[in-house]
Amino acid sequence: MSDIKKAFENGKAFIPFITCGDPDLSTTAEAVRAAVRAGADLIELGIPFSDPTAEGPTIQGANLRALRGGVTTDRIFGLVKDLRSDVSVPLVFMTYANVVFSYGSERFIRNCADTGINGLILPDLPFEEKGEFLPLCDKYGVDLISLIAPTSKNRIAMIAKEAKGFIYIVSSLGVTGTRTEITTDIASIVNVVRENTDVPCAIGFGISTPEQAAKMASLSDGAIVGSAIVKLFEKYGTEAPAYVEEYIRSMKNAVRAV
Amino acid sequence: MTDPNGRFGIHGGRYIPETLMNAVIELEAAYNRYKDDEEFNRELTALFNDYAGRPSRLYYAEKMTKDLGGAKIYLKREDLNHTGAHKINNVLGQALLAKKMGKTRLIAETGAGQHGVATATAAALMGLECVVFMGEEDTKRQALNVYRMRLLGAEVIPVKTGTATLKDAVSEAMREWTSRIEDTHYCLGSVMGPHPFPTIVRDFQAVISKEIKEQILEKEGKLPDAVIACVGGGSNAIGSFYHFINDEGVKLIGCEAAGRGIDTFETAATINTGRLGIFHGMKSYFCQDEYGQIAPVYSISAGLDYPGIGPEHAYLHDTGRAEYVAITDDEAVEAFEYLSRTEGIIPAIESAHAVAYARKLAPAMEKDKVIVITISGRGDKDCAAIARYRGEDINE
Repeated sequence: MSDIKKAFENGKAFIPFITCGDPDLSTTAEAVRAAVRAGADLIELGIPFSDPTAEGPTIQGANLRALRGGVTTDRIFGLVKDLRSDVSVPLVFMTYANVVFSYGSERFIRNCADTGINGLILPDLPFEEKGEFLPLCDKYGVDLISLIAPTSKNRIAMIAKEAKGFIYIVSSLGVTGTRTEITTDIASIVNVVRENTDVPCAIGFGISTPEQAAKMASLSDGAIVGSAIVKLFEKYGTEAPAYVEEYIRSMKNAVRAV
Repeated sequence: MTDPNGRFGIHGGRYIPETLMNAVIELEAAYNRYKDDEEFNRELTALFNDYAGRPSRLYYAEKMTKDLGGAKIYLKREDLNHTGAHKINNVLGQALLAKKMGKTRLIAETGAGQHGVATATAAALMGLECVVFMGEEDTKRQALNVYRMRLLGAEVIPVKTGTATLKDAVSEAMREWTSRIEDTHYCLGSVMGPHPFPTIVRDFQAVISKEIKEQILEKEGKLPDAVIACVGGGSNAIGSFYHFINDEGVKLIGCEAAGRGIDTFETAATINTGRLGIFHGMKSYFCQDEYGQIAPVYSISAGLDYPGIGPEHAYLHDTGRAEYVAITDDEAVEAFEYLSRTEGIIPAIESAHAVAYARKLAPAMEKDKVIVITISGRGDKDCAAIARYRGEDINE
């Protein structure tokens, strides 16, 4: 069984996203531990990329702040190693294909396994291109997470059948960022997923309030929140972890009961 | 040349968000349906000839030839096309295809503004809505083109993220496409991005080499010894090379923008300074740091100021079929002035990179050899910037 499945054993899962190195890596480490205390079931750690084409302005800003602060892939592996001394919740990296490829795909994925990263989310790696990294992910036991979008339609079954870890359902068209309303017919996407796999699925993009998270969790196995958390780092900088902890606690409470 | 997954050797592919996958699959199906369709090609040829002014001239540059004292030089005059550059070839093809697909809105990125102007033009002609993303830095360098796009009815959105140049405009156009796919076609301006764009854009630009071949055979009774074109993403270059790729005797030379020099960080010479990576939907060569962060590139030419190169060029480089040389700002500006003075033709600063290399190459070749330089666009848009480069401040 994939370690990631553990994230879905405490009721509906709450999955926060944190950009590593925004504003610095010690704040990231503190925020991850705060998230764990608050009940986060799985944590997405963003490795910043200079040109994140699937991100809205909020996460783009976090990427730039982190890179300006001098964060690198090597330093992030160091952070994960340190976190793994006391953090046992599943951790996945979310980054872009070039960050993995340029580091040396095998070296990157082997380091993931060695430091305790359980999965990899690459928003610019669709089903047709997963051969780029999948054999290495399989070799080292790192789950390559699949994404399903509102436009996936006839592709949902194909993607779900080969999914590993969990499935990331993108709630809305467009890039990451908070939204007041999510209009996609997510229930029917989840139905097709369920017909094709036992792998759990969580919904992300546009979720910021406990009500939205509860609604999305009721339709699936969990809710993923990025931009709303990144905004706390934007606003509070090194003071953010306390606010992040409070926010995640309210979100986990909202989805737990669903 | 393209395999079904859009690979050129190891390059190409489609590294894009899942949200866009059905859109590119639909585009590929539509393109395959229409590319050999008689009616589609009749309409496109009519647009090329009656609207864009094709075929473009192949002009014997006699003064330049005599001045350099070596190979005979011909200029492929894409600058004489409607809207002043080769960009119109691709745009008319894609706009016609978008219309057949039932799309009502075109979005595009632009660097120098030539592709933006061409897209706005085609949109006006075919009654499509048009939104152009342009780096804020470039809207300043190319204010006249911003005005032209607005005059043609397009909305121009200045992109402030990153380096506020062409790469950021591409990223922003991709983001916009993921938010609005149903009625919108992304009219990509170069032979880059995810499959099928590198193939579609190449096929629409291949008219350049098809004409060069016919024209040079008529004028010289033989194929040229070298074809030279500037390369950013590489659309005019691949268009100029395409029908010569199987003619081994024809040297194919792409001229990259070296900016302040390939030994500086202020360069955009991808083949000369970049390494293999995955970005903007494709595997190819990119200027990047050791961790894969895309480098903030620089060139005096907004149209060549891009950190990557189209996957087919990357492949032609790997196989050695084409050669990619780097031309500095200084060399390009000198060539800009040289062609203006010598032949009375003001080339785009992008095209001046190709002229600059021809000035080095031609004197070393025998007089019975023939070089074709593609003048991809006209240089009116660059006059103010070149004047500034020379320390003269003129109002546009």
